[in-house]
Amino acid sequence: MSVNTSFSADARASRAGAPVLEVRGVSKRFGALLANDDISLTLYPGEVLALLGENGAGKTTLMNILFGHYQADAGSVRVDGQELAAGHTRAALDAGLGMVHQHFTLADNLTVLDNVALGSQPLLSWRSRHREARQRLLSLATEFRLAVDPERLVADLSVGERQRVEILKALFRGARILILDEPTAVLTPQESEHLFRTLRALVQRGLSVVFISHKMHEILSVSDRVAVLRRGRLVGEVDTARTDRNALAELMVGHAVTRPTVSHLEPGKPVIALEGVGVDTGDGATALHDVTLAVREREIVGIAGVAGNGQGTLARLLSGLARPSSGTLLWRGETITRYSPRHFVARGVARIPEDRHAAGIFPEMSVWENLLNEELRRAPLWRAGHIIDRRACREHARRLIEEFDIRCDSMDMAARLLSGGNMQKLLLARVLYRRPDFILANQPVRGLDEGAIAFVHERLLAAKSRGAGVLLMSEDLDEILTLCDRVIVMYHGRASRALEVAKVTARDLGLMMSGDLDHVPGAVPA
Amino acid sequence: MRLEPREHTPLWLIVTAPLAAVAVSLLLTSTLVLWAGEPVTTAYALLFKGAFGSRFALTETLARATPLILTGLAAAVAFRAKFWNIGAEGQLYCGALATTWLGTGMLEAHPAVLIPALFVAGALAGGIALLVPVFLKVRLRVDEVVTTLLLNFVILLLVNYLVEGPWKDPMSLGWPQAAPIIDEGVLPRLVERSRLHLGLVVGVVAALAVWLTLRYTVWGYEIRAVGQNPEAAAFAGIGVGATVLRVALISGGLAGMAGVTEVAGLKGYLTLDLSPGFGYAGIAVAMLAALHPLGVVLSAVFLAGIYVGADSMSRAVNIPNYIADVIVACSVLSVLVSLMLVQFKVRLR
Repeated sequence: MSVNTSFSADARASRAGAPVLEVRGVSKRFGALLANDDISLTLYPGEVLALLGENGAGKTTLMNILFGHYQADAGSVRVDGQELAAGHTRAALDAGLGMVHQHFTLADNLTVLDNVALGSQPLLSWRSRHREARQRLLSLATEFRLAVDPERLVADLSVGERQRVEILKALFRGARILILDEPTAVLTPQESEHLFRTLRALVQRGLSVVFISHKMHEILSVSDRVAVLRRGRLVGEVDTARTDRNALAELMVGHAVTRPTVSHLEPGKPVIALEGVGVDTGDGATALHDVTLAVREREIVGIAGVAGNGQGTLARLLSGLARPSSGTLLWRGETITRYSPRHFVARGVARIPEDRHAAGIFPEMSVWENLLNEELRRAPLWRAGHIIDRRACREHARRLIEEFDIRCDSMDMAARLLSGGNMQKLLLARVLYRRPDFILANQPVRGLDEGAIAFVHERLLAAKSRGAGVLLMSEDLDEILTLCDRVIVMYHGRASRALEVAKVTARDLGLMMSGDLDHVPGAVPA
Repeated sequence: MRLEPREHTPLWLIVTAPLAAVAVSLLLTSTLVLWAGEPVTTAYALLFKGAFGSRFALTETLARATPLILTGLAAAVAFRAKFWNIGAEGQLYCGALATTWLGTGMLEAHPAVLIPALFVAGALAGGIALLVPVFLKVRLRVDEVVTTLLLNFVILLLVNYLVEGPWKDPMSLGWPQAAPIIDEGVLPRLVERSRLHLGLVVGVVAALAVWLTLRYTVWGYEIRAVGQNPEAAAFAGIGVGATVLRVALISGGLAGMAGVTEVAGLKGYLTLDLSPGFGYAGIAVAMLAALHPLGVVLSAVFLAGIYVGADSMSRAVNIPNYIADVIVACSVLSVLVSLMLVQFKVRLR
């Protein structure tokens, strides 16, 4: 281990008071995988400790051990010096641990008050404690400036409001150690700012916060200390004030991170263009209204926006799964009339779905069979359009596995056994080998580690310099700002005009993401 | 104890696991045999002899296996696509109805024409019986388990009406049965002085055809793909609705052909007790075979052997032939457990 900044003695000495939470030598093994390897952490009152690590570094396992969902193979957890009984969620809650999950655990059909009170009151009681609960909730809400209406249904709340309810729920139950798992994934930058102010208010009143994230800039702005996990081991523990982005990234990945070089090219003719396109959706997904945009050769256009503002519907439209109810879709200047995945693929559209597992693979089929899903009935892999040529298909797969560096023991292995990064390589391989003219990349690096992210980005940039147009949908503004040439923001099914990335900041995009689509970059909102 | 997924499953394990499961189930049911007060080895020896021990026993077992192969294939192919067709029993009777309609004098032709025509008619009738459940599933998302299951009773009542009413054979001395199939339509015997008929060949050929289709054709790929992940299939441009329809027609058709073999091969005429639950037993056959089309042939013979052997055993010793149902149920459960063990390793800690 080449890290010498870790476990600095002065970082600990500077903390006041006795630790509220001590994790001592916790290890947890799943089969061959050592998910947590002798992890020791200390949390002091009144501080925000950031837990940084890539997917699979062991963050979630550690939290599950704290909350008694898993039992550690070795080690102990102490809260206020008292040993926490292992394997009991109740014990963790009673000891004052509170968790805000990435995916909220609220009942949509209940009010805010009912959600907060749920489980914290005796099941059988002669009188309702509704009024007391309401009083307590309102006083907590005022104290921490978490404005919510106790009587509203959770279903009617925005994502930011729901998160406030989650935090209030934990506080209501007397939590003094609040653990937030990737809390900003669903928030706009402005909502994130609000959350950070709340966290500061919490720690000022002596509570402690564990903030789990892999976004550097957030960690740098909100935390007091950072603990970095890599492959189940604690590889560093540093004061936030004494570190920087690159040092943290290196700790997290284990080596210096090289970012792909982005060069601006002269864009060519539009490959695909939407002119005043509206899409009706029957299933509750956000409809599109009057969307006009174009993706040209040799450029990457980013789509920014809070999840659920029509990106999914736009992706379905460009995948051939939905058809416009108004307006026209142009492919190289010619109106598209046939909407089906097969026709879009035949024209030269490469589609990278948002959710690899849900839309990308057939889990029990082998790797080589999964590489065929867009090749059905095509010669020469299929004879007479119906009978598989297994030899040709396996040869095809062998080439793709080599070219795209898909790591698998054998091509006969079930696709579900691939790691996230290799699964994404499989998805890239089967669409990119055909050298498509247009690539729809929907959250292409979500959940991947740094190495795989670099691989995906390099491939997209290579496609761009080869002459393809790329539409990149991402919830990560950093990704959009570093990779794209132009950016479009979506809000409530509408799209802003395309802005040159060089001229916008994350702040501009944040304002647009919260509804001001006509915002002029650099202008101060009224 | 905990389970860990296996990265690789050795071939020997895939082959031996179901055999071990069957052995375990025989061991489990032997406690019932002991309870009945009979020696286990004698009972099982009698069962085996009654199923496979003589020319007569063997032909009886294979004749019993014939409809089970077809209904087992019907379940296997449908379950591969996660289309839960529980209505093979009704589809079997639809095939039987079509056979009776066409084979009792409607079409008079040489056997080389009439017999294939009966199979085509039976398969069509079985497939058509699934059109309504498929439409309801694809268009309105109605659960096919409910519709296919309940349709069984509708079809049985229709058969009941026909054999008691318009189709009742005047020569049947009042028994509720339809007129017999004309001689040209009766399936030829495979073995002299036995009940084993051409249907067995049809069943085995059907199993081969289903296996080849699933393994080597676009349709097979699409069926497996839709079964494993319909969303990914739709994303890739595979017509999910069309695939479900195709699977339903194949599945219903196979079950319908089981009706043909029973009416034209075994019994000669349609009655209300034509099938002692072959449609439902087909599900057990498919499960025992882990949905593998060639495995279906083996597991159908195994099941048929248990039933035929148990009948014979119950005549010799004091054990009711219901023991067959217990053995089959135990086998299905232990095979399901063994399939899990094929996918996962058990570790004791």
